[in-house]
Amino acid sequence: MLLIRCPYCEEERPELEFRNAGEAHIARPTNIAAETDDDFEKFFFIRANPKGVIYERWRHIHGCARFFNAVRDTVTDKFVMTYKAGEPKPAKLPGAAK
Amino acid sequence: MNAMFRISGAGRLSQAKTASFSFDDKSYTGIEGDTLASALLANGVHLVGRSFKYHRPRGVLSAGAEEPNALVQIVRDDARKTPNVRATVQELYDGLTAHSQNRWPSLSFDVGAVNDIASPLFSAGFYYKTFMWPKSAWKSLYEPKIRAAAGLGVSPGKPDPDHYAARYAHCEVLVLGGGAAGIAAALAAAEAGVRVILADEQAEFGGSLRFESGARIDGQDGYAWAQAAIAKLKAMDNVRVLSRTTAFGYYAQNFVGLVERVSDHLKNPGRELARERLWQVRAGRVVIATGAIERHMVFANNDRPGVMLASAARTYLNHYGVAVGRNVGVYTANDSAYAAAIDLKKAGVNIAAIVDLRDNPAGPAIDEARALGIEINFGRAVVSAGGKLRVSSMTVQPKNGGGGRTIPVDAILMSAGWTPSVHLFSQSRGKVAFNDETKRFVPGTYAQDCVSVGACNGTDGLDAAVDEAYAAGAKAAKEASGKAGKGAKPKVDAGESWSRGMLGAAPGAGPGTTVKAFVDFQNDVTAKDIRQAVHEGMHSIEHVKRFTTNGMATDQGKTSNMHGLAIAAEELGKPIPQVGLTTFRAPYTPVTFGSIVGHARGALFDPTRRTATHGWAASQGAVFEDVGHWKRAWYFPKAGEDMHAAVNRECVTVRKVAGLFDASTLGKIEVVGPDAAKFMELLYTNPWEKLETGRCRYGIMLREDGFIYDDGVVGRLAPDRFHVTTTTGGAPRVMNHMEDYLQTEFPHLNVWLTSITEQWAVIAVQGPKSREIIAPLVEGIDMSDEAMPHMSVREGKICGVPTRLFRMSFTGERGFEVNVPADYGEAVWEALWAEGQKHGATAYGTETMHVLRAEKGYIIVGQDTDGTVTPNDAGLDWAVGKKKTDFVGIRGLTRPDLVAKGRKQLVGLKTKDPKVVLEEGAQIVADPKQPIPMKMIGHVTSSYWSENCGRSIALALVAGGRDRMGQTLYVPMPNGTIEVEVTGMVFVDEKGERLNG
Repeated sequence: MLLIRCPYCEEERPELEFRNAGEAHIARPTNIAAETDDDFEKFFFIRANPKGVIYERWRHIHGCARFFNAVRDTVTDKFVMTYKAGEPKPAKLPGAAK
Repeated sequence: MNAMFRISGAGRLSQAKTASFSFDDKSYTGIEGDTLASALLANGVHLVGRSFKYHRPRGVLSAGAEEPNALVQIVRDDARKTPNVRATVQELYDGLTAHSQNRWPSLSFDVGAVNDIASPLFSAGFYYKTFMWPKSAWKSLYEPKIRAAAGLGVSPGKPDPDHYAARYAHCEVLVLGGGAAGIAAALAAAEAGVRVILADEQAEFGGSLRFESGARIDGQDGYAWAQAAIAKLKAMDNVRVLSRTTAFGYYAQNFVGLVERVSDHLKNPGRELARERLWQVRAGRVVIATGAIERHMVFANNDRPGVMLASAARTYLNHYGVAVGRNVGVYTANDSAYAAAIDLKKAGVNIAAIVDLRDNPAGPAIDEARALGIEINFGRAVVSAGGKLRVSSMTVQPKNGGGGRTIPVDAILMSAGWTPSVHLFSQSRGKVAFNDETKRFVPGTYAQDCVSVGACNGTDGLDAAVDEAYAAGAKAAKEASGKAGKGAKPKVDAGESWSRGMLGAAPGAGPGTTVKAFVDFQNDVTAKDIRQAVHEGMHSIEHVKRFTTNGMATDQGKTSNMHGLAIAAEELGKPIPQVGLTTFRAPYTPVTFGSIVGHARGALFDPTRRTATHGWAASQGAVFEDVGHWKRAWYFPKAGEDMHAAVNRECVTVRKVAGLFDASTLGKIEVVGPDAAKFMELLYTNPWEKLETGRCRYGIMLREDGFIYDDGVVGRLAPDRFHVTTTTGGAPRVMNHMEDYLQTEFPHLNVWLTSITEQWAVIAVQGPKSREIIAPLVEGIDMSDEAMPHMSVREGKICGVPTRLFRMSFTGERGFEVNVPADYGEAVWEALWAEGQKHGATAYGTETMHVLRAEKGYIIVGQDTDGTVTPNDAGLDWAVGKKKTDFVGIRGLTRPDLVAKGRKQLVGLKTKDPKVVLEEGAQIVADPKQPIPMKMIGHVTSSYWSENCGRSIALALVAGGRDRMGQTLYVPMPNGTIEVEVTGMVFVDEKGERLNG
């Protein structure tokens, strides 16, 4: 069982308290009704599914109930870092490019 | 009475404490502290089982968890028949009853052994090649036969009556393995004052000190030192010592699963003791001290009972006081078997000969053996073992060929060297590295905060292992806590050191030979099978493994993996590291389902939710149905009524008089805040800004793709407060959906969401008399049609307690839903029931609720919709705000496929024969005469007998359904085709007049 650090509770808690909520940093268009079919397809259906670093949303559903963002490596399953919802994608990851 | 092979003065067990047991219905006597294996061997019993595939006679190979052969069934009673128990692990208790497995009619005469004679037919990949066709034979013939023939042991015929405990634990240092290295590491960590857990799979700590006779630590015998150290650790508050506890799985972030066998060793465990306890440990640092496992020699008939690992024979002698034979041969490729020969010789057992593959080895063990007068043959090989149910001889030849001789023996001790137990390290996702000099895989790159010490790290010698382990234990404690200890490192005064040996087939079983030289005993894989797999094109070790099943038995290849790998590598002409090692996976040894399931079974498997009126409904004889976690009253049969009669009566009474229904399970969410209306506008298709306080609206929630996600009636209690209801099953996901948008897409909105499902009990009172039933109990609410029209909500009091009184209807009748705080739910229900009785009202359950709403064409999300249905498809376009510029799903609704013609639309169906009730889920076709497979144009979503209509009614999703009104369609069923007419969805009171009736 993984330990995940909730950026709101500021502590590591067991995976059981959390629920994955899909890829992060996909903002809903402000004028969504005017989106083209192609743009809507990209927004709603297309996901990265990378081998390696993924940016994704998690919810501390059985804790503070907040949604937050996390950086995880899909190969090792390790969480690189977590940060609050609305914060920008981190420019540099801890431990990267020593 | 001493058993025949028990040697007085040898071993550590008190011979005074005897225990009687039976094996295959024959009684024997053992000693407390024995394992089943040592007790059988003490009685001269080597033949304990038949092999999996060839049904060959098999004996005890090892003295530990790696045992592939000695698998037995332990029977306590009808419900407690545990199959595949390793006799080398099962502790003896007085009265133990064991049976051999995989034999018929008896262990010494087994009909299945014909497989051994026919073995050329059963070569590697036999199953893949043979049972290919005809396809139909697989299910009816091959699979049942194979399962019957291949099963090991018998399942108990009754549910497991035992209980299984579970614990979570945290520690700074977790030490896995309680041999010399593990104990040293635990001592060092414990002295630093941190929390330490030390676990070992055996009943006693000590590991190889159980057999290493000359070991001395801190001035005392090695095993005695281990016991003293364990006593010291047990006395420390910061240390937990777990014996009989196997670390079976190493998971992410130092999360380790352990199973403690709590009572399998007891004569009468009693009900209060769990059978096993699952420990889930999160450790700061893990010290892996799992030791090494001796390998057998791969030669012809190396599986005959009496042929065993040298260290096992030594354990049986030095710990259990049992000689494994009287005239013992030894076959080795390293020094460690010499120690076994020396110990047995000193105990009075004749050593027929030591056969050593090496040409001219030298060392103190060899000198001592020679000094004891033991015959030693260098550069020679045992090419075959004689005997069938018990080994009777060994044939010895020069390893490069030449004349041989046959030496009579009653046991052969083998040692091909030692394999470090890297299983847990490998499970931790560490990468092993091949040491070319010592020909073994040892821990290489670490993936977690752990360290391997001692023999599992490839560290040779007791002295070096204890040094390494003590330092690692201290370092682990320091790293995990910053604390340092101040103890003294145990001093090893004397200990053994062996390494090297050989891998792969021994001379006489090499390429070109077809002898039965077993690599994997449990799955009956021979050296020939592995070479054949390579010849047939399996060039990856993963393919070789799956084709031959080498290492895939429950012993996970503890003794066989390295031999198999070496043979494959030789055949491929590649060095071993290039062929690679297969992945080690949890569990290290088999784990019972009971220990994984723990208490989560039966009534504790899943939570049960009951509404406030559950007790009342049960007392009225209600039949309940499961809806998610909820128990809901399904119908209320009166004496003599079946379900149909009860539902028909309930349906008619509601429309004629009134009915009471517990609607508490509906999800309820309070949406509150200055931006509550704006939020509702975004989450639902309907307009909300202009909904007046005190009024209700039916709302539809979509996903972003435009499909219906949930629905429910929403009441506006105040400009900034909405009482939202959801479907019963949808409540959690709707809450999650709302929170998701509020927190991440619309965080600028000032809104709070609160789940109030559990806070309010909801009593639906529906029917023409509903107002008359409620009104006498209500204070402060004018319930006249003028003051409180359909789809309105009022706050006031009922029976003196607060209520949110909704006027709404899921039946098409005049109706109300009385919300009261859940604690008052039962009392208010009983008061309403008493009023209702005056008018002849009925209580009704979910079945009647379903029929009544279907009569009105009201949909149920999840039954009449399936995640691909739009509001338009469901005939609910009127609920989508046409002037709105944004809501979740607005863009999805305009996707090309969602506005295309011919989409499935919800319609009503009437069977031509009004008595025929369609099956829900039944498929619909336009032309019943077309050839199979027919083109299906839709399916039935809801179907009931409607007593109010005097006929069956149904709802269905049909392609282009609304353009087919009046058309005849067909529902093909196994016993005939049913004709149906497409109709509107409303079967009762099309004008809706009864809402005010």
